Amino acid sequence: MRPFREALLSLVRRPVLAALSVTAIGLSLFILGLFGLTAHNISKALAAVEEKVEIVAYLRDEIDEAQLRLVRSEIGAFPEVESVEYVSKTEALYNASRELAEFSDVFPDVEVNPLPASLEVRLLPGRRDPQTVGTVAARISGYEFIDEVRFGREWVNRIHTLRRIAGGTALIVGGSFALVAMLLVGTTVRMSIHARSTEIAIMENVGATAGFIQRPFLAEGLISGLAGGALALALTFAAYRLLDRAVMAVLWLPDLWIAAGIVGGGVLGMLSAGRSVRRELKGLYAI
Amino acid sequence: MIKFRNVTKHYPRSGTALADASFHIRKAEFAFLTGPSGAGKTTVLRLVHMETAPTEGEVIISRFSSTRIRRREIPQLRRSVGFVFQDFRLLERFTAAENISFALQVTGANRSAIRSKVMRLLGHVGLASRASAYPAELSGGERQRVAIARALATDPLVLLADEPTGNLDERASLGVFELFKQLNALGTAVILATHDATLLRRHPETRVLELEGGRLVYDSGSDAPRPSHGDSSIFQLVRDGPPMQSGAKEGSAIERGGPAP
Ligand SMILES: Nc1ncnc2c1ncn2[C@@H]1O[C@H](COP(=O)(O)OP(=O)(O)O)[C@@H](O)[C@H]1O
Ligand SMILES: [Mg+2]
Repeated sequence: MRPFREALLSLVRRPVLAALSVTAIGLSLFILGLFGLTAHNISKALAAVEEKVEIVAYLRDEIDEAQLRLVRSEIGAFPEVESVEYVSKTEALYNASRELAEFSDVFPDVEVNPLPASLEVRLLPGRRDPQTVGTVAARISGYEFIDEVRFGREWVNRIHTLRRIAGGTALIVGGSFALVAMLLVGTTVRMSIHARSTEIAIMENVGATAGFIQRPFLAEGLISGLAGGALALALTFAAYRLLDRAVMAVLWLPDLWIAAGIVGGGVLGMLSAGRSVRRELKGLYAI
Repeated sequence: MIKFRNVTKHYPRSGTALADASFHIRKAEFAFLTGPSGAGKTTVLRLVHMETAPTEGEVIISRFSSTRIRRREIPQLRRSVGFVFQDFRLLERFTAAENISFALQVTGANRSAIRSKVMRLLGHVGLASRASAYPAELSGGERQRVAIARALATDPLVLLADEPTGNLDERASLGVFELFKQLNALGTAVILATHDATLLRRHPETRVLELEGGRLVYDSGSDAPRPSHGDSSIFQLVRDGPPMQSGAKEGSAIERGGPAP
């Protein structure tokens, strides 16, 4: 408890610098929080979209029963494939007329059904990324009785790109803030050490252990970091509420991410403090 | 208990502060460390306190040796070696009692023991009634007593005092010196560095180690005869009184100390 009491006293004695440190840590983690919010929602959306991602392979009309069964079972045996559904010409027409009323007016007769039969290929979860979808689609289109293959490549590609851009931006902006935060926390701790140099000299003189002397300063970094983490959480939550109410429905972050963010703040603060402690107190009991 | 074995200390810029010094101070012994300014007195004390390591030779304090001690053992050594400075080095924002309990807290004494021990220490140094006074409210002699109580907080085997009376008037000096004598009588060894010849003259029975230019020129505790070249030594003056002619060197102990009353 003593290190924390001492650390709080030190911080209170330099309120402006302490507030700056906490704000800097808070902002760097807030940026990470915004990214987290984006990434989390994109991931969820992506999962929902990917759930629907399938490869539709249109069959030539002249395919016969035996050939159909062969193609189906071969595609079904691909390691990436979860299921293969056969949609007959009749079903295709039924589906189409259900979705588009005009369709049934134009093609009322099943005998002149222009729609091809198709295979709807679903990939296993985790194998639905653009690259895998592309290669599987290419492999399917190589079959003789397959007329045409369609899949939502564009859409999937775009979502993945968006996520990468958001991640890169957050890393650069958040990283710069984190750097500033580390410098500020380091400076605050260094000033605390200087302010207490007389006490430190006396502690060394009477034989306090090095750990005892160093701990309050590390605690100072830890407290700044945790406070910064809490600030970031508040800011991120505010941003979430604003988005959710005013722009579109978004999901809040998972608890684990929140905990990781706050712990991350503490670690960031401790590391910055550790740097100052190592540099300023390296002479402790050196002979 | 404290042994110097052929100890030499070089400082990179200023050269040799101590040259091939050997002596032994026993448990509960009282020794003056004397010699003119720059003779190496503080260096000896800093070596005992292991604030600095000898360039050559070995310093042994109880179970610790300068050649083997590890950095993390030094706090332990410091607790068995109390240090008192000429300028007291009290924390101004703490009361007398708090200055002492600070030393107890930082060396991990338990809370309940601290209060009673602080009062006992203040009693030892004769300041029981000034417990809640701040250093600024205390006289020089009283401040030095607080510093002494603080140095005693860890129950050291030895007290090192570097010119402890250097900032005090004569009356306060005598009081502080008497306190060292009393503490010594209770079993704590004392090494008192001073160039105050008056103090030495008053206590001719006390062990004297005399340094000059980093050399141990005289040790009243050794059997070796006094070297003949040491005519200007304080010890000689203590015995024989000041020389009739003003032949003492600039800045030497005798000049600073002034004539005996
Ligand atoms: N930390 C140091 N660095 C360099 N030189 C020092 C240091 N401490 C003492 N000296 C030199 O060592 C010599 C002895 O100094 P010191 O032990 O302080 O003497 P005294 O205490 O007897 O006056 C002096 O010449 C002094 O300049
Ligand atoms: Mg000195």
